[in-house]
Amino acid sequence: MAKITMREAISQALMEEMDRDPAVFIMGEEVGVWGGTYAVTKGFYDKYGPERIKDTPIAENAIIGGAIGAAMVGQRPIAELMTINFAFSAMDYIVNQAPKLRYMFGGQFEVPLVIRAVGGGGRQLGATHSQTPDAIFAHFPGLIVVSPGTPADAKGLLKSAIRSNDPVLFIEHATMYQVRGEVPEGEYLEPIGKSKIQRPGKDVTIVTYCKGLELSMKAADDLAKQGIEAEIVDLRTLRPLDMGPVLESFKKTNRAVVVEEGWKSYGVGSEIVSRIYEEAFDYVDAPIIRVAQKEVPLPYNRALEQAALPQVPDIVAAVKEVLK
Amino acid sequence: MAEIINMPKLGFDMAEGVLVRWVRQVGENINKGEVLAEIETDKATVEVESHFSGVVLQHLVDPGTSVPVNDPIAVVGAAGEVISNSSLVSAESKPAAATSTSSEKADTPKAEQPAELPITNIQLPALKASPLARKVARDKGVDLGAVVGSGPGGRIVRRDIEKALAAGSTLNVQPSTPSAAPAPDTSHFAPRTFHADESIQTTKLRQAIGRRLVESKTTIPHFYVTHEYKMEALMALRKQLNGYLPDGEKLSVNDFIVKAVALALREFPNLNATLQGDKIIRKGGVNVGVAVTVPGGLMTVVVKDTDQKPLRQISSEVKSMAARARDGKVKPEDVDGSTFSTSNLGMYDVEDFIAIINPPEAAILAISSAKEVPVVENGQIKVGWRMKATISVDHRISDGAEAAQFMQALAKYLEEPIRMLA
Repeated sequence: MAKITMREAISQALMEEMDRDPAVFIMGEEVGVWGGTYAVTKGFYDKYGPERIKDTPIAENAIIGGAIGAAMVGQRPIAELMTINFAFSAMDYIVNQAPKLRYMFGGQFEVPLVIRAVGGGGRQLGATHSQTPDAIFAHFPGLIVVSPGTPADAKGLLKSAIRSNDPVLFIEHATMYQVRGEVPEGEYLEPIGKSKIQRPGKDVTIVTYCKGLELSMKAADDLAKQGIEAEIVDLRTLRPLDMGPVLESFKKTNRAVVVEEGWKSYGVGSEIVSRIYEEAFDYVDAPIIRVAQKEVPLPYNRALEQAALPQVPDIVAAVKEVLK
Repeated sequence: MAEIINMPKLGFDMAEGVLVRWVRQVGENINKGEVLAEIETDKATVEVESHFSGVVLQHLVDPGTSVPVNDPIAVVGAAGEVISNSSLVSAESKPAAATSTSSEKADTPKAEQPAELPITNIQLPALKASPLARKVARDKGVDLGAVVGSGPGGRIVRRDIEKALAAGSTLNVQPSTPSAAPAPDTSHFAPRTFHADESIQTTKLRQAIGRRLVESKTTIPHFYVTHEYKMEALMALRKQLNGYLPDGEKLSVNDFIVKAVALALREFPNLNATLQGDKIIRKGGVNVGVAVTVPGGLMTVVVKDTDQKPLRQISSEVKSMAARARDGKVKPEDVDGSTFSTSNLGMYDVEDFIAIINPPEAAILAISSAKEVPVVENGQIKVGWRMKATISVDHRISDGAEAAQFMQALAKYLEEPIRMLA
């Protein structure tokens, strides 16, 4: 199996789906002639032309609004947001239109839309361009929220997202495009709404996704050297949330740490912890700890930015705490 | 045997203390007298010492917690000891000593527990156990109360249950099948019921008792002598005499004691006295006071010239005065002029107690219950009647030797009661 980067995996998924279905097209800022801010669509413009690779004005509400309209009349648009922070400019379309049209029109319309958005910090882009607001979007019924942590999942999940007849917010991490992993070539689909054990273990469950998976895998390596076997459950999809593997793992280990890059308050971890307490209370042997971003606007200064973001030692420390 | 350390009472009005810091952690050794924790009262920060040597097995409260006086704060015992409620020995009779570390040392009275307010129930706070530990304990029939928690703050976690199961000594019920699991018995760690404080207006009598006895206890240097009396003869004589007396006129044990006290006092005039400046006034008459419980307090009724009155008269006078006192119809002469007081708690199955001198008298006799007990006589164990009495004496007037001799003289009458009939 080929070991390719996250960027290549996403590129592959997009290209395969565009080749497979002529209704699929891409629109966004600098996605065409420039090849995408993160070079994901490099070469697409030459291959598919301006009809299917559409550069747009710097107007997120126009991008998402236009994409929704196209989706409603039978196209399968992939709208790219240069960063998820710009999604706030298109908030009404993302949370109030796309997820509700099928419902509001009694099933007369479908919205087969994919919004690709780049999230996360760590690239010194400042407080307004480095956020991880995933939980906000996962709050709204009707909007599927996917955020992969490996190249293979990125490919398999993005292809499934493009084939979904409901809107999907597909969140990629700005610092993970160079992450390499084995990715099946050609047709490869991963189901949306399925969590996955990314590393088996027996002592503690780490629940995470996206960038948190990368950090947690490293933390698990450190912990293994100390004789602690962490089982890592990758959520992959935040909505619909699949608690199955999480609960299965937790019922085995009875102790858990939840790792996310976003802020702790009202975050993904809050949801996971609540679900565990609700659905596996009798299996709780220690309070569950959340590892998350410090509750500050993310600093620009590199040292401060790294200090505010969750890091591998934070996860190791949290695991040891829950194992006390 | 595990021992409980309680929140000490460090001042008369101290109701609770805040546990500031654990000086000794769970698992650490501690010797008797070493500092276990720091607590903060209204007045000062003080150190709490352990009364026991051993290992700190459990902290029962977290730092920062306000703990009512006498509530348990920690358990000290042998290393590895499994704590169960039954293995805990309450420290109620051994109040925590405390040494003040603040500049307000003088304001912090030493640990003291009022004798009349014994703590009879030591309750452990709700057990801390993880939900999983509770479930496993429930499924396997493990008594959580018999398990030591090794988690943070003493929380019982699954490994503790497994350890207890391995040790095999904590099963309290047969393991049940999950489908037929009985409801867990949570009664022993149910939250405590909150009982609100109650404000009671003291009566004038209560206030008077308070004033007089505070004055007595704080200005009179009391000392105490206890004597045990053989009561077989007195019990027999009383039974015999009462056989001749109609109901309502039968003699009580106390009637004999009052008479005996009066006769003994005639031999020890120094104890039938009052201190006036630099003089001891030995009273001419022997008027024995008898403390009587009345609504809202107690009163001392007085049998005038007790030494000169026959038992039946003493008995009759005490009965009628006590009745008047209880009915609130006491006459001034009923309660006036006593030269020596007696307090008898014999009817309450009392082993021994001490009384506070009733000023301006020189002494008071506290009489406890006459009990049937095993006694040794001539190397043989047999059943006998014994009664303890403790005299409290004003050391400005008398000394221990004299008090002891008085108690011996009293024995002469109590143990050979025929003398009282002469």
